[in-house]
Amino acid sequence: MFSAMLGEAWRAMGANRLRTFLTMLGMVIGVGAVVLMMAIGQGAQESVKQSINAMGSNLFIVLSGSFTASGARSGSGNASSLTVTDANAISELDGVSNVAPISMGNAQVVFGNNNWATSIIGTTPAYLEIRVWDLEDGYVFSESDMRSATRVALIGKTVVDNIFGDINPIGKTIRIKQNPFVVLGVLKSKGQSLDGRDQDDTIIIPLTTAQRKILGNRFAGSVRQIMVQANTPEVMAMVEQNINGLLNQRHNIREGADSDFFVRNLTAVANSAAETARTMSLLLGAIASVSLLVGGIGIMNIMLVSVTERTREIGIRMAIGARERDILLQFLLEAIVISIIGCLIGLFLGITGAMLVNKLAQAAVVISGNSVMIAFAVAASVGVFFGFYPARKAARLNPIEALRFQ
Amino acid sequence: MAQSLVLVSDLHKDYQTAAGAITVLKQVNFSMDAGDFVAIMGPSGSGKSTFMNILGCLDKPTSGLYTLDGHQVANLSGNALAQIRNQTIGFVFQGFNLLSRVSLLDNVALPLVYSGVNKSERQARAKVLLEKVGLGQHINSLPNQISGGQQQRVAIARALVNHPRLILADEPTGNLDSKTSEDIMTLFSELNADGITIVLVTHESDIAAYASRQIRFLDGRIVQDTRSKTIASIASAEEPD
Repeated sequence: MFSAMLGEAWRAMGANRLRTFLTMLGMVIGVGAVVLMMAIGQGAQESVKQSINAMGSNLFIVLSGSFTASGARSGSGNASSLTVTDANAISELDGVSNVAPISMGNAQVVFGNNNWATSIIGTTPAYLEIRVWDLEDGYVFSESDMRSATRVALIGKTVVDNIFGDINPIGKTIRIKQNPFVVLGVLKSKGQSLDGRDQDDTIIIPLTTAQRKILGNRFAGSVRQIMVQANTPEVMAMVEQNINGLLNQRHNIREGADSDFFVRNLTAVANSAAETARTMSLLLGAIASVSLLVGGIGIMNIMLVSVTERTREIGIRMAIGARERDILLQFLLEAIVISIIGCLIGLFLGITGAMLVNKLAQAAVVISGNSVMIAFAVAASVGVFFGFYPARKAARLNPIEALRFQ
Repeated sequence: MAQSLVLVSDLHKDYQTAAGAITVLKQVNFSMDAGDFVAIMGPSGSGKSTFMNILGCLDKPTSGLYTLDGHQVANLSGNALAQIRNQTIGFVFQGFNLLSRVSLLDNVALPLVYSGVNKSERQARAKVLLEKVGLGQHINSLPNQISGGQQQRVAIARALVNHPRLILADEPTGNLDSKTSEDIMTLFSELNADGITIVLVTHESDIAAYASRQIRFLDGRIVQDTRSKTIASIASAEEPD
């Protein structure tokens, strides 16, 4: 019975191929647009998410404040108010999982005949944990390197490309501001940060070495930033408050006076970027859905025409024993078959389009099984929804009038 | 059969039109037994088509009783009526009413789709009937590839495919020439001889003469009801014209 009806639907579609094709085209474009837009939107979300993960999660940066010399106020991070002992004190706070004091600056790096200006980060091994930054090769410097201020370095991919070329850098000696450093490891590539900086254009060395040999020091033990990682997103507000309290106390800052440091919540920035990407993705999906809706209305339109054209056929079928629901099912099935075939073609074109966008525009696209399934389910429902009214109209025809219809 | 196959008593049918109610059938009383061959005659607008539609469960009377094969038709649901049209009644129309895009075989098999018969049996039964009406070589043709008389034979095969108790034919020879009409009427006579009950609407008395009973409608009433004793009257009926 059902297969016979499917055959009927197929035959009815074949009877007017151009019309069937044009009706289907509405669905094809609708589904194709939805799949393509969702792929692009999710791709954007995914790349933002990757940037956030690359930065590290649940992060604060504590920056030292500004100082005033001869009436000129320096920017934040330039005062020497934060120290390694501040960092140690912060690590004792509840809800803090990792703390990394950081000093940084820029320096010229030389290997053989090549040289390259890059940023130098002096920090502790905890920094790599916080940033979820693995090594591609070699190993990380140890606590004893920290204590004895050994001249060892971890170098980023961009630096490797610029001064080593094809040579394996592990164990080689480079010069940073004339000081020889042994390359211990090569950092895995992290790509661009959220603000577009090349995160691989950097060299990481022990904090103590940086302070003593490279960056100079206004007074011993001071750092420019302290990176703090909280255990969970839920405790971040509490941790922020506690850091402020602790440092105010340690720096003897009275109630109401200006602090000589700033606490920045990096995750908030990241979240707003993620929110933007999500909104864009929703917007794209919504626009594409409109075309799916228009495709559905096209199906309804054609099915109504088809019911009118086939009124006599409906009358004949009723006279020889078709029940209302047989007629209903016949026309509904036709609408569903058109939508589903249109959907399959649309899926194919949407996925192909997404791959082309990926290839040609170098934009990240994500084709998830979810979005494909949603598109398919929506298309089938569009078929049922927009096919139902014409099908019911057919099923409710009066057989005598239908038989007289010319 | 202790009971009549068709029993109609005090049947009325009104239509609502813009100009008010029009009474199409008045006080119609009628019964027929299984195996009868009834011709219904009358001028246009006399109510015979409406009467046929009511007999065929396509239309419902305004008042009065219609009992078909022991069932009160007025009490039946839409689905039950569809089932009666599918299994108890076979329709033959003046305009043949075959599905134009569908092969003769599938046209004949169509009622079986709605009674849930599987495909191989549908095709086997349709093929047997097409052979019986002399179109065994054309089973895969489309309706527009054969003549009108052949199309009417296909329609008769379709009406027979579910072994109905009653065939309702609404001017089955109206679109056919006289020679083809004779062939079709001979086919009806043979079917009646096999025990199938037939009701036939016609304008022409020589066609009506094939039946064993003639009823004449006028202004919504049955005004004449005559029986010709034998089907052998066919032969004499051909002479007068």
